[in-house]
Amino acid sequence: MTVRRRTALGPLPAWAEIVVLPLVNIALAFVVVGVIVAIIGIDPFHALRLLVLGAIGSSESIGYTLYYATNFMFTGLAVAVAFHAGLFNIGGEGQAYIGGLGCGLAVLALGDVVPGWFLVPLAIAAAALFGAGWAAVPAWLQAWRGSHIVITTIMFNFIASALMVYLMVNVLIAPGSMTPASRAFAASGWIPSMHDVLRAAGIPIAASALNLSIVLALLCCFAVWVFLWHTPGGYALRTMGHSPEAAVYAGTNLKRTTMVAMCFSGALAGFVGVNELMGVHHRIVLDFPAGYGFAGIAVALMGRNHPLGVMLAALLFGALQQGGTELAFEIPSITREMVVVIQGLIILFSGALVHLPRPWLQYLFASRY
Amino acid sequence: MKRWLGSAITLIAMSVLAPVQAQTVVKPAVVYSTGGKFDKSFNEGVSAGVERFKKETSIPVAEFEPSNETQFEQALRRFAQRSQDPIIAVGFSQAVALDKVAREFPNIHFTIIDSVVDLPNVQSVVFKEQEGSFLVGVLAALASKTGKIGFVGGMDIPLVRRFQCGFEQGIKYANPNAELITNMTGTTPAAWNDPGRGAELAKGQFDRGVDVVYAAAGSTGIGILQAAKDRGKLGIGVDSNQNHLHPGTMLTSMLKRVDLAAYNSFKAAQAGDWKGGTQVLGLKEGGVDWALDKDNEKLVTPDMKLRVDAAKAGIVSGTIVVHDYMSNNSCKP
Repeated sequence: MTVRRRTALGPLPAWAEIVVLPLVNIALAFVVVGVIVAIIGIDPFHALRLLVLGAIGSSESIGYTLYYATNFMFTGLAVAVAFHAGLFNIGGEGQAYIGGLGCGLAVLALGDVVPGWFLVPLAIAAAALFGAGWAAVPAWLQAWRGSHIVITTIMFNFIASALMVYLMVNVLIAPGSMTPASRAFAASGWIPSMHDVLRAAGIPIAASALNLSIVLALLCCFAVWVFLWHTPGGYALRTMGHSPEAAVYAGTNLKRTTMVAMCFSGALAGFVGVNELMGVHHRIVLDFPAGYGFAGIAVALMGRNHPLGVMLAALLFGALQQGGTELAFEIPSITREMVVVIQGLIILFSGALVHLPRPWLQYLFASRY
Repeated sequence: MKRWLGSAITLIAMSVLAPVQAQTVVKPAVVYSTGGKFDKSFNEGVSAGVERFKKETSIPVAEFEPSNETQFEQALRRFAQRSQDPIIAVGFSQAVALDKVAREFPNIHFTIIDSVVDLPNVQSVVFKEQEGSFLVGVLAALASKTGKIGFVGGMDIPLVRRFQCGFEQGIKYANPNAELITNMTGTTPAAWNDPGRGAELAKGQFDRGVDVVYAAAGSTGIGILQAAKDRGKLGIGVDSNQNHLHPGTMLTSMLKRVDLAAYNSFKAAQAGDWKGGTQVLGLKEGGVDWALDKDNEKLVTPDMKLRVDAAKAGIVSGTIVVHDYMSNNSCKP
């Protein structure tokens, strides 16, 4: 006679890990959100309906959802890549900021000189280079000096913010302008918006901030997957994340791998600048990372650091952002602070409390198979 | 449901009022600046005008507080799609977004406060802050015993330099020998919301002999005016009437009637005589002024009131010309 112990429960199948567990977490979060919304006197089902319709109810709202998701994909992938190497990159915010500076400078300098087909890839490369460069300094400090990457990347967010403010207020500000923003980019440096592209193809959709940067984001998801699981470099990176000692024993250069992981991560975060500045604002503005770098941590946690999971989590975060905005439009008593509470609860359940429903699921799966 | 009820009330009210005054159905909306509706300063002034309109007419006003700059365009377009009309965009940072959306919806009326968007369906409301600042500068120079006067600005942008420049001219007008000491809180939008730093800057100025300080710094001003009270010096408020904050040490406040701009836009739309174009509201139009109420009447002597009223009359009639910093990005004409 055998006694079934909890420790005997096997691991979850991969698809359950990536799809079912996050869905259970979200469902739990929605229950708590529903209770809070009911307490402030709003019908939770009405609010949920507005949230969902606001996120996916029209071609405009889908456009905005995907536009937000593009940013979350970039920063989520950035955190995920570093995480596989055992590095916690909290500097996505600063890397995105400096990445935006990189593509912005490229477009401002060459906007009227070179044609768009050359300028856009060049500016995207500049965003990657600047983002990677900004991550490289904390990476170097970690690899050679042992300064903890969490501390240094956080500090670099502040340095990036101070540097950008200085540049925008004193150097890059458009003459005669009151807002600290650069002059507008030449049209050759714009990334075409999705509604323009689809209209040209004969499919009319409503105008939104969605632009072709989302294609870049999807390519990045694929590239991260190929790199991490199908190249020797990615294998070395993951080995270092699992066990640095084993990686050394296998002949991995830890310093070099740390640099590779962080530069890759920083480049991905830098692409937020491409989506925001080249795709939407068409000028360099202050504060465009708007918290996407930090939200990327939650996106990566929720997506289990897998590109497919990050993609799905980014879609959810984009939908929450857009649906939350619509909710604030429709119901005056739901303020923008309330929307943050709702988003925060969902992040809490999918991040900090992620293991809460795991034993239940394990039990369920163990009893079925 | 609420909105339905609101429009029903409006309809009933209209059918009653119709013979008296021709009124059109309005569905007004406001998009605030990222500072938020309750910033104790600029946005809150607009909100006061909105509340007054709501109370007087019982017409619901849709409001939105964007949390980032991308949402300006999104919010303006959403309101326009729902045929909200007129729509007020608060703050100069919405100018680019409004220019785009106003072209897409030529039949919707927009009002922008603190910036100019040159389109037929846009009403731009800007203020002559230099004129109001001139008047409080006259008061400051007359009230100061040391002859040293302080100015603490918020974010270092041309708009705040315009306040400072008008203030300086007012001081020199009343007392050519008076000295002005200027500090700016910072160079980022965070400078509008840093009372601690504001208080430190004000204390630094007091240590250098300043005995009247003008706080043109949004929420940062709360710290500046508190520091003035703690040291027994005089403070001057800005935008809204802040005299009630510290009765007895508040010399006056420079009023910038953004509430009036919002209220008038809605009222004009309701009466059917809304007009596009640029409105420049100065002393003459009642757009800026200085505040005198029971909280500061003891500090303003009859002689001071006489002098400042003379200056006001001079500006209104045109005999005194206050130079605008933003006309040539310099305080010298």
